[in-house]
Amino acid sequence: MEQTVVKFYQTGTFTVGNRLLKPDQRSVQANTERNNSLNSGHRACQGCGEALGARYAIDAAMKATHGQLIAANATGCLEVFSTPYPETSWQMPWIHSLFGNTAAVATGIAAAMRVKGRSDVRVVAQGGDGGTTDIGFGCLSGMFERNDDVLYICYDNEAYMNTGVQRSSATPPAARTATTMPVGPHPGNVFGQGKNMPQLAMAHEIPYVATATVADLRDLEYKVTKAMSIRGARYIHIFVPCPLGWGAASHDTIRLARLATESGIFPVFEAERGEVTGSSKIRRRVPIEDYLKPQKRFAHLFGKDPDTVTIARLQAMADRNIRRYGLIDEEK
Amino acid sequence: MHKPFAITLDVGSSLANHTGSWRNARPVYVDRLPPCNHQCPAGENIQAWLFHAESGDYEQAWRKLVEDNPFPAIMGRVCYHSCEGACNRGKVDAPVGINSVEHFLGDEAISQGWKFAPPQASTGKKVLVVGAGASGLSAAYHLACLGHQVTVQEAGPLPGGMMRFGIPKYRLPRQVLDAEVQRIVDLGVTIEYNTKVANVLESKQSGGFDAVFLAVGAHIAKRAYIPAGDSAKVLDAVSVLRSMEGEDQPMLGRRVVVYGGGNTAIDVARTAKRLGATEAIIVYRRTREKMPAHDFEVEEALQEGVMIKWLSTIKQAGESSITVEKMALDEKGFPQPTGEFETLEADSVVLALGQDVDLSLIEGVPGLTVDDGVVQVDNRMMTGHAGIFAGGDMVPAERNVTVAIGHGKKAARNIDAWLQGLEPVATVKHEIATFDKLNTWYYSDAPKTVRPVLDIIRRQSTFDEVQGGLDETNALFEARRCLSCGNCFECDNCYGVCPDNAVIKLGPGKGFDFNLDYCKGCGICVAECPCGAIKMVPEEI
Repeated sequence: MEQTVVKFYQTGTFTVGNRLLKPDQRSVQANTERNNSLNSGHRACQGCGEALGARYAIDAAMKATHGQLIAANATGCLEVFSTPYPETSWQMPWIHSLFGNTAAVATGIAAAMRVKGRSDVRVVAQGGDGGTTDIGFGCLSGMFERNDDVLYICYDNEAYMNTGVQRSSATPPAARTATTMPVGPHPGNVFGQGKNMPQLAMAHEIPYVATATVADLRDLEYKVTKAMSIRGARYIHIFVPCPLGWGAASHDTIRLARLATESGIFPVFEAERGEVTGSSKIRRRVPIEDYLKPQKRFAHLFGKDPDTVTIARLQAMADRNIRRYGLIDEEK
Repeated sequence: MHKPFAITLDVGSSLANHTGSWRNARPVYVDRLPPCNHQCPAGENIQAWLFHAESGDYEQAWRKLVEDNPFPAIMGRVCYHSCEGACNRGKVDAPVGINSVEHFLGDEAISQGWKFAPPQASTGKKVLVVGAGASGLSAAYHLACLGHQVTVQEAGPLPGGMMRFGIPKYRLPRQVLDAEVQRIVDLGVTIEYNTKVANVLESKQSGGFDAVFLAVGAHIAKRAYIPAGDSAKVLDAVSVLRSMEGEDQPMLGRRVVVYGGGNTAIDVARTAKRLGATEAIIVYRRTREKMPAHDFEVEEALQEGVMIKWLSTIKQAGESSITVEKMALDEKGFPQPTGEFETLEADSVVLALGQDVDLSLIEGVPGLTVDDGVVQVDNRMMTGHAGIFAGGDMVPAERNVTVAIGHGKKAARNIDAWLQGLEPVATVKHEIATFDKLNTWYYSDAPKTVRPVLDIIRRQSTFDEVQGGLDETNALFEARRCLSCGNCFECDNCYGVCPDNAVIKLGPGKGFDFNLDYCKGCGICVAECPCGAIKMVPEEI
């Protein structure tokens, strides 16, 4: 990836800011002038990964567009916790319509801006994994296919959290949800189903597709900024742990996202016109158990009699990602 | 009031919703004690001076350093830097080269001519310091900074004590020592040379001093009885090293045997090599693991061709040879004679068996107690006689320069309190920033910078300094490897990672604060703080 590498041995390039860096080299989030697009007082749970991911992404997009940004939002946690009538946490033009039509609403806004000759005003659409991979998939596929000038951001917390943790097509195998209980011969969600949304987006050969997590702010900001420099349909898939739905400690949100990338189960990469152009390398590889164990939704895999077969299958998924996206450099 | 269809309320901000009421624990910024600071015998605030060095402000770094220790250039050369052994970075890759950065700062101060800040307003109190060694000069410096009038009385002709008469030039060049002592003299400290204090109470009385700090060191070589022929040449390490400072260098001959296993034994053997001895052999009665000398010094000596005879004692010394007896360790680890003898050729034998304190000046001082040859002091470095304090090698402690400097500082602060009639202030130590408090993910991997080491041939034949210093880029690199354990270095992580924007950034140098109206107490800021400078405390409900 074309990121400027700034070597700072005290903090690496991994912290949000750094007093030793020039202000223009610091992240958007390090700046006191950041937009705080999703402001305080929202009703997300303690340690919400989606609230964090949304502020990271939209603040970066606001900076890239000099504040000329409109957001369309699907139904879901993000919409519910940010806008209980008549309050809003959004410090930007923002609209919610339905669960499934966000991409279409955004397309309409983009079309209106084109008609009005406002090429400076840009549009983002955002939703959770349910609104993206299940309910809004048709509209989103159409938006991709028409190459509408919209950045669609999916905040993936791997289930319908807002309505009480039901399975979505982004829920990982073996995970417990309200609709995939850990009972029977194959407890938790089934293997072999679900949708790989970044790959589906790439199959549309749109100009830009990327994945990111709340554990790597600089990478996330880089990708949003890059996406805003491109016209046409773009898709960013952001991995956002959910303490409530995953049964994890609220302080572990970023740690879990980090373990997901360091185990390989969530590959961080970017692609242009359907081809992978870069991936974030694993710095300190961890076995999949390190990622699974802090989450109660995988608790049935452990305990006195660990389900080694299922764990091995999940490890195999991580290993496949590592090979597929080149997450570990070959031995030099 | 005209509103669109179905709208009955004005648009409001979520700021009206104070989510802070959800919280059952709150984050609090803390300063934890970095392990290096905790370890430093001189009580240096290492993390704090590295913080300034990281931004390239070397003068500020040096000024922070000399708040605790007036000898950075000396420390950078002779300190055994146990701080680096404690450094948390050692568990990530390699410890921060604290000692080499200190070396750089000390040299930079000398070349830039930085001076100490002028002393505080005069207190009108007079303090006598006996001995111009590391401990005495450290005390004199701190006392002078506090506004006291300090006179140092030194029995010898030059300042430095064991730093001059015990540590060879190849470890501590004398111009470095002189430069750092001169800076203390410039502060207004009077040093009277060739002035041996015969009776401390008389000197205190006649000079009108309000308090005394004793720091005469330990300069009397311990002897061991070795049957020796008339022509055998048996010397002691203290006088050999001392005579290196004079005009006439000691005549040790071609084959030199050094008896003992401490750092002094190593210093003598390496000195003998440099004086032209073809063989320098250390005879030590135990094994390398049991040797009190520091391992790196043993290693450097071996590199220079010094030989060491383990598990051996000297039974007899003759004109050109000695007899040694082999020893074996018993089950308790003590060496026991075996009855096996061996002859070694030797032109001279140097005894390096430790040193005693010359206690003549305190004879008859009421209340003052001596135990095991050293002066007993309380936790504020005061002897049993009110107003007489002591430190350095003459009190019970590990004997090295850094410990002595630490004694000087501690005594000076307590003398100051005592002179003002204050109770000694118990310093509250912060909780230690142990490795488990850190989130080392945020630090990138970077290996330690190695200081240049003088070419082996020049080391065997000259007294040039063995270990060089870092240049500016290396020193900066090294300083920036500091993890800043337990103390905020303004990385903005807490400010960035809060899902509720509940962290307020106060600006450079001012740190951060929490907006408790909105903080939900999730604890992400604590988990993601790289250096462990935030902790959660339960709310009182």
